[in-house]
Amino acid sequence: MGAGLFSSFMTGTWLEASIVAVAAGAVGFFVVVRGAAFAAHAIPQGAFTGAAGAALVGVNTLAGVGVFSFLAATAIARWGRRARRDVVTALILVGLLGLGSLFLSMSLEYSAQTFSLLFGEPLAVGTGELLPTGAIAAACLALIVAMYRRLMLTSVAPELAAARGVNPENVETWFLLSVGAATTLALPVVGALLVFSLMIGPPSAARFIARRPAAAVAVSVALALVTVWVAIAAAFYSGWPLGFFVGVLGVVWYLLGRLVHARTGDARSTGDARSTGDARSTGDARSPAPQGPAAGAALRKALAPPGISS
Amino acid sequence: MRSPVGTTLRRGRASDEGPALPEGSPPPVLVVEGLTVTLGGREVLKDVSFNLHAGELAGLIGSNGAGKTTLLRAVLGLQGTAAGTVTLSGRRDHGSLGYVPQKVSLDPDLPVRARDLVALGIDGQRLGVGLHSSSRRARAEELLSSVGALHLADARVGALSGGEQQRVLIAHALASKPRLLLLDEPLANLDLRSTQETVSLLAGLTRSHGVAVLVSTHDINPLLPFMHCVVYLAGGRAASGRTAEVVRSDVLSRLYGQHVDVLHAHGRVIVSVGDEHRESGCELAPDDCAEEGQPA
Ligand SMILES: Nc1ncnc2c1ncn2[C@@H]1O[C@H](COP(=O)(O)OP(=O)(O)O)[C@@H](O)[C@H]1O
Ligand SMILES: [Mg+2]
Repeated sequence: MGAGLFSSFMTGTWLEASIVAVAAGAVGFFVVVRGAAFAAHAIPQGAFTGAAGAALVGVNTLAGVGVFSFLAATAIARWGRRARRDVVTALILVGLLGLGSLFLSMSLEYSAQTFSLLFGEPLAVGTGELLPTGAIAAACLALIVAMYRRLMLTSVAPELAAARGVNPENVETWFLLSVGAATTLALPVVGALLVFSLMIGPPSAARFIARRPAAAVAVSVALALVTVWVAIAAAFYSGWPLGFFVGVLGVVWYLLGRLVHARTGDARSTGDARSTGDARSTGDARSPAPQGPAAGAALRKALAPPGISS
Repeated sequence: MRSPVGTTLRRGRASDEGPALPEGSPPPVLVVEGLTVTLGGREVLKDVSFNLHAGELAGLIGSNGAGKTTLLRAVLGLQGTAAGTVTLSGRRDHGSLGYVPQKVSLDPDLPVRARDLVALGIDGQRLGVGLHSSSRRARAEELLSSVGALHLADARVGALSGGEQQRVLIAHALASKPRLLLLDEPLANLDLRSTQETVSLLAGLTRSHGVAVLVSTHDINPLLPFMHCVVYLAGGRAASGRTAEVVRSDVLSRLYGQHVDVLHAHGRVIVSVGDEHRESGCELAPDDCAEEGQPA
């Protein structure tokens, strides 16, 4: 059986899924820290319509997904600027899904293909798709690398970025485009409904496990890779949809992350640095030492276990 | 001592003789002239003028909705203006102004340590990932230690207390070596102790870094011992100058356009406008204030 799983027939699947995981894990980190989960839900749903439309007119699925991901991302970025972003996102989502249902009803043989577009069909990936996938992934990662510090700054607080001459709305637009690119990659593999879980599950755990931003991105990518690898193997042997395993693993990562967080806490926040003399070298001798009760409070706060673990 | 400068509503000088300023006459870092801002069809700021010099700590005083945030955002260039000018001495780039916004709600689970946030203050506006370097690291630690927060360097910023976050945000704002530091209600939601620590930290920074600091607050009491000058906002207009010259019945009556009493009670001042009693007081003993605020 193992020979089947690692046969040359499956090479494209492994490579494709790994590329998808790297992009989704990296973009997903920013989805989670920016609180953009709803946009990361809506863009794949909109992209599903692109896939359905592509099937209807008989063009490449990736092209249809890409165009509609781009449309959904730019629409959310543009119309969400001076309005309630969640409402705008929801309207774009339902508008595109409505169109998608029309495309599906006009298409003749939709059930099998629809199912794979919604829940993922990795075993159908051929090596012919690898080139466009790799190119989109490279563009997506290049975008994240280029915008990394601005993404971090606007994720912490948009006003801080604005004060340094970084326009938070432009950063948001580039970010949503990177979500669109990751969606384009991931949708044909894990399905429209579960692109979201690949972009949320791994990073949601990573931010608990790592405390440095760069480390959290790395953990997120690593967990996303493990997710797709385990899901492919499990789907291969069980015959169950890949999306099932991706979705379940997403939740498992989150729960594990919280467990790790509760165990380790953020307890090493202060500790030995208390003795660091220049911690109060403000030049103001009258300033009382800040380390005492305030630091203790932070420690208690950090140690307080999150809700679900007890 | 130079002669006191007359305070007018239109054109108060922020401070010509702030207590214990650096010797010599420092150049104005910030000149605001005739600033008018219209929001939603209403003039939120009308013809506001004041100056701020290097090494000065100024209080921007006003009740909720007086326009403090709007004024700070206008100085930052984040708020469009209907009239007037905001002039910053020297070159203006993303480093010349430091800003600590009013409400920064930091996610406690955000994987960003205090040192990461300060490092973003150094070069967060640039493209690329900003590779780890020992000089960057040392600079972040130096900044954290200048605000007395080196011991918090490895803590997640979102998990810190309000006063601790304030310090880290100040270090972030100082990272670009600004000539002017703007803080929007940094004392709101702090307990008495953190309030005093923050204010004396800011006063220390004006001396050690020579930076001009403009702090908005609805209560000037905590600032009094350290404040060189005041910009008092009411009804969209501003009165500015030395504290004792502004927080006076006649000046504030002109500002509010109705009779204002400035009452002294238990070392605080209660500003009473019409029927409304607001405690945004000041101990009206400016010279004492000055001496307290600037220990030799
Ligand atoms: N975007 C806006 N549109 C219309 N009015 C606004 C807007 N932002 C602020 N305001 C009004 O401007 C006034 C000043 O606001 P603000 O500068 O936030 O006051 P402060 O910071 O002193 O509490 C308030 O009355 C507020 O309602
Ligand atoms: Mg305000």
